[in-house]
Amino acid sequence: MKNAIWLQRRSIFLNLLVPILAVLVAFAVGAILLLMAGANPLVAYKPLFFGAFGSRFGITETLVKATPLLLVGLGITIAYRGNVLNIGAEGQLIAGTVVCTWVALAFHLPGALLLVLAMLAGSLAGALWGAVPGLLKARLGANEILITVMMNSIALLGLGYLIRGPMIDQEAVAFGTGYPQSALIPPAAWLPKLSQTRLHFGFLIALLCAALVYIFLWRTALGYQIRAVGANPEASRYAGIDVPRNIVVAMFLSGALAGLAGAIEVLGVHHRLLDGISAGYGFTGIVVALFGKLHPLGTVPAAFLFGALLVGADMMQRAVGIPAGLVNAVQGLVVVFVVSSEIFTQRRG
Amino acid sequence: MAGTLFTPEVLTGVLATGIRLASPLLYAALGEMFAQRSGVFNLGVEGIMLMGAFTSFLVAFSTGNLWLGLLAAMMVGLLMGLLMAFVSVSLRAKQGISGIGIYILGWGLSALFFRLTLGSITTVSGFEPVSISVLSQLPFLGPVLFRQNILVYLALILVPVSAIILSRTTLGLQIKAVGENPEAVDSLGVNVYGIRYLCVTLGGIMAGLGGAFLTIGQMNMFVDNVTAGRGFIAIALVYFGRWNPFGILGGALLFSVLDALQMWVQVLGVALPYELLVMLPYVLTIVVLALAVGRAGGPAALGKPYVRGGA
Repeated sequence: MKNAIWLQRRSIFLNLLVPILAVLVAFAVGAILLLMAGANPLVAYKPLFFGAFGSRFGITETLVKATPLLLVGLGITIAYRGNVLNIGAEGQLIAGTVVCTWVALAFHLPGALLLVLAMLAGSLAGALWGAVPGLLKARLGANEILITVMMNSIALLGLGYLIRGPMIDQEAVAFGTGYPQSALIPPAAWLPKLSQTRLHFGFLIALLCAALVYIFLWRTALGYQIRAVGANPEASRYAGIDVPRNIVVAMFLSGALAGLAGAIEVLGVHHRLLDGISAGYGFTGIVVALFGKLHPLGTVPAAFLFGALLVGADMMQRAVGIPAGLVNAVQGLVVVFVVSSEIFTQRRG
Repeated sequence: MAGTLFTPEVLTGVLATGIRLASPLLYAALGEMFAQRSGVFNLGVEGIMLMGAFTSFLVAFSTGNLWLGLLAAMMVGLLMGLLMAFVSVSLRAKQGISGIGIYILGWGLSALFFRLTLGSITTVSGFEPVSISVLSQLPFLGPVLFRQNILVYLALILVPVSAIILSRTTLGLQIKAVGENPEAVDSLGVNVYGIRYLCVTLGGIMAGLGGAFLTIGQMNMFVDNVTAGRGFIAIALVYFGRWNPFGILGGALLFSVLDALQMWVQVLGVALPYELLVMLPYVLTIVVLALAVGRAGGPAALGKPYVRGGA
């Protein structure tokens, strides 16, 4: 008994320690890589680490970036808990931005109503974009990883087509500028700001979603089924759980959260559709979910950390000219380390 | 429009381009086939290709020697393959996720080093087409098959070579057995970990070559994300080709000829938005995956880490 408690404590401790060690080692490797490329890691890391916390701007900007990361990370968590490797959050997020913008521009409704409708529509678009690979996996056994990757490319190209073609800002074209972007959505449908910065109400929605996903996964029958299917599909099948249906549900919800992240980016930050609107949140969200140990409450600090890292990367790029690709490389290493360390944290038996 | 599109010249051009486009996919997919046959699902191919593409370009650009560039790409592929093998074979990590880590790593690293070393887009003169004396004079077949660069010939030769290794050598039999039933093979004294390390590392080298083909055999330049998903498409081709070199060749050709056709349609100025044309290969990959995978086929131990003496 005493031994069991000790083991449990040890496992919680390791679960906290491993991701932190993974990040430290990743940065150490990153420093070596920078040296190899002839750059000074100390010069690079100072703005990277302190950029996010050195100013009011840095802190609020961290929360602005943490918002989509948290939502995407929560979605990835649901899918991975159901043993569905959703790599398609980027595409699902883009689907969310497109449909949200379209609804906000096409429907003439009172502000608050339009806001809610556009947010739900964006979320639904992401959910459907996620449900397609879910269905293909559940019904045909097609590999969801590859299909979600392909659907990312399709979504990205579709976005490029829409903002240069059917959805381009017609007034700007008439005026002669014609950037590849949509018209601004009506200000009445913008998410309210939380202060005099870019921080907006969407941040609170993301936090609320973290609580909801926790309740869903651990306090509802459907959430329990998804986790059971993820832990052991064979046993779940014998226990009478509809495995294919749970795969589709997990992907639908995963996509819904990524789509919501996209909608919130439109309604709270950009207020229009434009190139590069996702900024790779769909991929960083994967790192956030893994770093958070696939637990909704772990994703919250993970989203803050990687939000801060993205802000720091921007500052590093501007201040000392070290490209933000470094942060991608570090993220890749974090994933490799976290997933490799499971051999040390899992109890054998 | 159909009249101008399907002239004999265009048809020859489309097929010649198609075979050229198939080559990087062939390198990466044949390498991934070996990894998967041994039971390891390496999803990091795209990241390894990106690093191979960048490294070969950088070395070829700074030394002026294309072969050194090729060698450098193979070295980087070998190192990243070793990393994948260590993580998935020795540390028994979940292969889908660790592969994604390798992908993000290669993506970030290639972009980082590109900015730090070259900084902006430059070009090299890559591998030139080599006409094979008499054969290149053949009508139709000549321009399609025998006026390609040397890396295209090598890719095509690797198809039967891979098939022979797989079906006619002891090593090939061991690879297949390790991917089907590692416990049984282990009890016969075959080194399961060794075979898997070998195959995943070989897959890394081939992915590095595939990436090098893109920058110094096809486009003659490096840009961020130059692979544009080809690493993932190569993995899809392994499924489509049912883990068989000739099946993979068929898939790569079908795929690349359609891709070439799409490019020619753009060149001929058909009034279709280019984004929708570029989208076609990705849509095709999804269709291929949905239709070809089904439930049959595939090494039985694919994706399952092996623990000596049972878990």
